[in-house]
Amino acid sequence: MKLQLKIWRQDGSEDPGQFEMHDLNGVSEDCSFLEMLDLLNEQLLENGKEPVSFDHDCREGICGTCSLTINGLPHGPEDSTTTCQLHMRKFRDGETITIEPFRAKAFPVVRDLVVDRSPFDKIIQAGGYVSVRTGSAPDGNAIPIAKQDADLAMDAAACIGCGACVAACKNASAMLFTSAKAGHLNLLPQGQAEKDQRVLNMVAAMDEAGFGNCRNYGECSAACPKDISLDFIAKLNRDYSVASVKKILS
Amino acid sequence: MILDAKIPAGTLSEKWDNHRFSMKLVNPANKRKYRIIVVGSGLAGGSAAATLGELGYNVNCFCYQDSPRRAHSIAAQGGINGSKNYQNDGDSIHRLFYDTVKGGDFRSREANVYRLAQVSGNIIDQCVAQGVPFAREYGGLLANRSFGGAQVSRTFYARGQTGQQLLLGAYSSLSRQIASGQVKMHNRHEMLDVVVVNGHAKGIITRNLITGAIESWSADAVILATGGYGNAYFLSTNATGCNVTAAFRAHKRGAGFANPCYTQIHPTCIPVSGDHQSKLTLMSESLRNDGRVWVPKDPADCNKSPDQIPEEARDYYLERKYPSFGNLAPRDISSRSAKEACDNGLGVGPGGRGVYLDFSDAIDRFGESMIRERYGNLFQMYERITGENAYSRPMRIYPAIHYTMGGLWVDYNLMSTLPGCFVLGEANFSDHGANRLGASALMQGLSDGYFVIPYTVANYLAEEGAGAPDPDGPIFKEAIDQVRERVAGYLSSGGKRSSRSYHKELGHIMWEFAGMARNASGLQKAIGLIQDLKEDFSQNLTVPGKGEHLNAELERASRTEDFLDFGELLCRDALERDESCGGHFREEHQTAEGEAVRDDENFSHAAVWEHNGQGKEPTRHKEDLHFENVKLAVRSYK
Repeated sequence: MKLQLKIWRQDGSEDPGQFEMHDLNGVSEDCSFLEMLDLLNEQLLENGKEPVSFDHDCREGICGTCSLTINGLPHGPEDSTTTCQLHMRKFRDGETITIEPFRAKAFPVVRDLVVDRSPFDKIIQAGGYVSVRTGSAPDGNAIPIAKQDADLAMDAAACIGCGACVAACKNASAMLFTSAKAGHLNLLPQGQAEKDQRVLNMVAAMDEAGFGNCRNYGECSAACPKDISLDFIAKLNRDYSVASVKKILS
Repeated sequence: MILDAKIPAGTLSEKWDNHRFSMKLVNPANKRKYRIIVVGSGLAGGSAAATLGELGYNVNCFCYQDSPRRAHSIAAQGGINGSKNYQNDGDSIHRLFYDTVKGGDFRSREANVYRLAQVSGNIIDQCVAQGVPFAREYGGLLANRSFGGAQVSRTFYARGQTGQQLLLGAYSSLSRQIASGQVKMHNRHEMLDVVVVNGHAKGIITRNLITGAIESWSADAVILATGGYGNAYFLSTNATGCNVTAAFRAHKRGAGFANPCYTQIHPTCIPVSGDHQSKLTLMSESLRNDGRVWVPKDPADCNKSPDQIPEEARDYYLERKYPSFGNLAPRDISSRSAKEACDNGLGVGPGGRGVYLDFSDAIDRFGESMIRERYGNLFQMYERITGENAYSRPMRIYPAIHYTMGGLWVDYNLMSTLPGCFVLGEANFSDHGANRLGASALMQGLSDGYFVIPYTVANYLAEEGAGAPDPDGPIFKEAIDQVRERVAGYLSSGGKRSSRSYHKELGHIMWEFAGMARNASGLQKAIGLIQDLKEDFSQNLTVPGKGEHLNAELERASRTEDFLDFGELLCRDALERDESCGGHFREEHQTAEGEAVRDDENFSHAAVWEHNGQGKEPTRHKEDLHFENVKLAVRSYK
């Protein structure tokens, strides 16, 4: 395949960025998108230029490190697929592909296509856990959990924390991410004791990190490589309302 | 180098209890006086940092990823073993212990494996309490499934993402400690050296991957949980960032490296599609429950479409060779059989390196919808990567490097031969012998982090007393200068070749001569080739850009150089281990049918390598393995 790549280049978070054009020939359609970028970088190196920085690690769709907005879509055109599992056969020979970082105020560009997603860690630190000391757990079968509840919690827990939801949202809201973790824990008996505090604190951390408000556009769920459902946002809103009312009354 | 395993006295089942009682404790009020460094945030490092923080120690935790949640433990699919006996099918601590020792081809340390089996149940309890959404039965109790090398159902799982869910559990506990200030997390920091003060590990040197700042950190103890070295083969199921640098630099500072030749090759991976390939993707072992492995009998059929090859022209070689285990033969045996078929010119797909995994019989028997329900996500992943539909055409699979059983040598307390330097998880050598059973890696990582290191590190700290040295002292300054010099060296290298090309070439050498089958002349050749490659690396490497910003090429150059040194050590170890055992198959030692032959008389030991300085031959030491509770036997799957 022959491709023309329009790629975002930016030295650092404070520097202005711009698009750069590169031609790339001889790309196999069995290449993954990131392997195509590897190829580009080898070509740049040969020509004495600096390679493009991009985030990647497991390259099997689970670690959540890879990002990229490809032709305007976070993780590119294929549904339920991260950039690392997207393959070049999904593109046309001779196509021009636009590659940008995930864009959001809360995710500043570190370099080229790499962004800083540490605000997600801050949201988890605010309450995305069950406070249980190592060694103090009861027997695993002491609390039966209905299969449908466990399955639903697992649907939420499947979030890989990649940030595509934020990049897809025109408000750069982190509601889908936050609701996935809050939903996972609030659905389980283990998470009940801290349920109210959890949603209040996580939402506060989300706002503090500079993410926008949710307007139910639904772009987040459409872009999510793990198909996290909008239902969890509804659940978060409900849990948040209950917790807020309880807080006022107490 | 003295290899004292410090195995406690008493019967096997009493050792850990006795030891826990005899170890010293650190008073709760004194814990805050101690600083501990944890490198790595996967199942072992993450659980250790969280637990030590919770106990009141001051913990600094480092990872190269942009978040601790991204460590490669996250990619484990199948499950985690625990000897709960919830299925009432005869499981017990002793059975899990025995299966693990046997699965490891009798090359692991009994006492460590027994302790692992003892705490396996606690791990399940702990993870459930954290909210890990394990699979449940309709009655609400935990579900189990069976895995290779065991006749009981003791594997707990969360769909095909057990590693992800366990890691997110550890990450949530770690996050709680980070929020409380007890753990300071340093993302995108790579450890580049261990600092040794008066013979004890007392700190590390890191490079901030964003700013390029090279910094020193001091502590009372250093814990390495930095994973395995599978990427020495370039192509593996590891994440692209996984590396041996932290472990190897600790090795250079005095930590013995044990059994580097023990590597596990997983039989069901998607084959290499071309030279562009950057990693290999595992397809869960569970597929072999319903898929049948075959190759054409006639090499002339290899390029035909599989549906043009009639039943009688196919060789279902696993069913033929291992009638009682058939397609579920263990990983090492299945992998070698696939290689043998391809070496005989019977492989299919690009380059003839692939065998068929065929579901057509299962689809005829159960219907496509049932197969879709069982493996739908895997078939989808296969189609994403290969563009082929496995419902109508057999999958192509080929073995790939998946896990490494060797690692830094540790005693029963998980301390390396460098005092004060502890090693957890895949980075150590301790529990899996020469071959790891499925669903045991997650168990070991969490056992080390949650339930072993909190006790054993306390004993060390109590003996040593508090007093982390000044991180700006002369020894730290010297270590920083050395690291700076090394980094500057890469940046000023004026050659033409990228670090990736060296890494790739090393991978070819390793896979060719130290892969699924090894022999003396091949290994000798590999050592020579690697030495030549190192020489070339020192002359012709190019690293663009600067050191003061994110520079992936610089990171790769530094990791590749360690892989080159380490690759040579691996080949040396494979050469010296003149027997076949587990994942280490020496062609000179096989039966007429091609089965592995162990040499218990001469090789019932862990080989531990001591670094003698750059360019000098390392020394091979031995820790003899004593089996008092199991009888050494030949593994047979016929």
